[in-house]
Amino acid sequence: MREIINHQEGSTTPTARQRSDTPRGTFAGSNVPLVERAYRIRRHALRMGEVQGQGYIAQALGIADVLAVAYFHALRFRPDDVHWEGRDRFLLSIGHYAIALYAALIEAGVLPESEIETYGADGSRLPMSGMAAYTPGMEISGGSLGHGLGIGVGMALGLKRKHSDCLVYTLFSDGELNEGSIWEAVMGAAHWRLDNLIGLVDVNDQQADGPSSAISSREPLADRFRAFGWHVQRVDGNDIGALVAAFDMARTVAEAQPRIIICDTKLAKGVPFLETRERNHFLRVEPDEWQRAIGVLDLAFHAEGGR
Amino acid sequence: MSGSGSEASHGTRRLTTSAMIASIAAPGQRTAPAPFGRALVELARSRPEIVGLTADLAKYTDLHVFAQAFPDRFYQMGMSEQLLMMAAAGLAREGALPFVTTYAVFASRRAYDFISMAIAEEGLNVKIVCALPGLTSGYGPSHQATEDIAILRGMPQLTIIDPCDAHEIAAAVPAVAAHPGPVYMRLLRGNVPHVLDGYDYRFEIGKATSLRNGKDVLVIATGLATMRALEAAEALDADGIGVEVLHIATIKPLDEAAILAAAAKDRRLVVVAENHTVIGGLGEAVAGLLLREGITPRFRQIALPDAFLDAGALPTLHERYGLSVSSMAQRIKKWL
Repeated sequence: MREIINHQEGSTTPTARQRSDTPRGTFAGSNVPLVERAYRIRRHALRMGEVQGQGYIAQALGIADVLAVAYFHALRFRPDDVHWEGRDRFLLSIGHYAIALYAALIEAGVLPESEIETYGADGSRLPMSGMAAYTPGMEISGGSLGHGLGIGVGMALGLKRKHSDCLVYTLFSDGELNEGSIWEAVMGAAHWRLDNLIGLVDVNDQQADGPSSAISSREPLADRFRAFGWHVQRVDGNDIGALVAAFDMARTVAEAQPRIIICDTKLAKGVPFLETRERNHFLRVEPDEWQRAIGVLDLAFHAEGGR
Repeated sequence: MSGSGSEASHGTRRLTTSAMIASIAAPGQRTAPAPFGRALVELARSRPEIVGLTADLAKYTDLHVFAQAFPDRFYQMGMSEQLLMMAAAGLAREGALPFVTTYAVFASRRAYDFISMAIAEEGLNVKIVCALPGLTSGYGPSHQATEDIAILRGMPQLTIIDPCDAHEIAAAVPAVAAHPGPVYMRLLRGNVPHVLDGYDYRFEIGKATSLRNGKDVLVIATGLATMRALEAAEALDADGIGVEVLHIATIKPLDEAAILAAAAKDRRLVVVAENHTVIGGLGEAVAGLLLREGITPRFRQIALPDAFLDAGALPTLHERYGLSVSSMAQRIKKWL
């Protein structure tokens, strides 16, 4: 059995510090600004919501900036080869956020934009809850909450076995922190000093039965992760500049610790009339409101100097 | 380990609960130490992708033998069965071939969702090997996995194996490793009896094998119950009762053809014997198969009752709940 005592020591496999010299994400050199990526992720998601007349659109709008930075700044991957061994892994633990990840995968060219029309339909590759077997680029089947981070621990261990410098990102949510399995994974990741594992927590303070903070006390969340031995950052998850800095820090910081970026996000971000709607896990949107929401989004983007 | 049982069986001293890792060997029975751990080490020498994971039970699942031989391929996950299964899933995704050990109670009861969603639904190549199956501990319900097969049989894509002895465990390890997809294997650990090497038997996943023939009774048995059924058959033979023993090492998928052929022969009494509750195990699987196919022999089950079982010494408990050789033989005789 290996002895792991000193959390300050570097691991024997490629460290984050060494990785800092390697090129950034696949799209890092793109001249499409990240705000435009985020705008289009939101737009794709709204169009999918319109197809079904429903969907976890508030979560998708809220997490769009995180996904934009992840896919178009941080991640190394090949849109035409989703199983490429050299890719950074992105695990969507919160399966119901699939609508958001599909939007990012469409924007990245992994999925064709034409499949928006099939979202949630019989025979579609884009089911309501994300599953690996259905969708190219969907690494795991999420949905049974509390799984993604632990699977990430195993993949991070597996990558170290292979002396790979790939990173594992896992996106989970504040409500998901209720699951005990998350904390087993939090302890395991710290014990094994998984500096190739980056957790992303979406803190939107909403879960099925109400505000997450009212259902199970969450705070002080950063201190909790710190106490468990993680490298912790907490950012405004709708601030692209702050997210870029946080992802860069998480990738390159030298500590032999797993990293967490706690992202405080706003539900339905970018569509004010939905932002202010009564808070709900499954936001009600009337049939005529989808196009109205897209219109609001378009107007705001162009007003801010978008293309 | 088995001392308390064997010494006392001839005397009047009250038997005591033996250690958690109580041996199921009868006095004088030939045994092999840690057949799983040894077979895994042997295989792992030529299979570098094999890794071992446990949740604080390496010593009690014979995985410590692997951990000693390959310390850098051994992952101690602590007492965290959910993480154990998730991490195994992640390692399998990255090309490793994880052998995961814990007790059958913890895998089946506590980690079910993680075996189902993180491993089986994804068809991942994870081998879950669990000690203390059925009634092989005297600790009481917390450690007695009397319903593990009932819990796990409903899980799609999962292969379920219940080996009978040391010989079969050793043969099952390479077979399980070569078999694509998730496997749940019940494990007899410690000093495990050798029984099947005396028969013309070759382990093959999904294949049932007739170990002896008999004109009066067909006993369809699995795991520990096969060992006991073979001895009971010998005893009944002395009384002029002929007993065939059809050994089912693979509970899922069932070797339906072999079971149907044997059950249709000679209008014999059919008895299904298993180290598991009467609910949801091999007995009900066989009953359902026979009924679906219109084969309706006289049918009986030798299985544990639908109850949380007593604590105590294993020989006492096996006698009490019908898994001892003598109680098996007596009941079969009565049913004829």
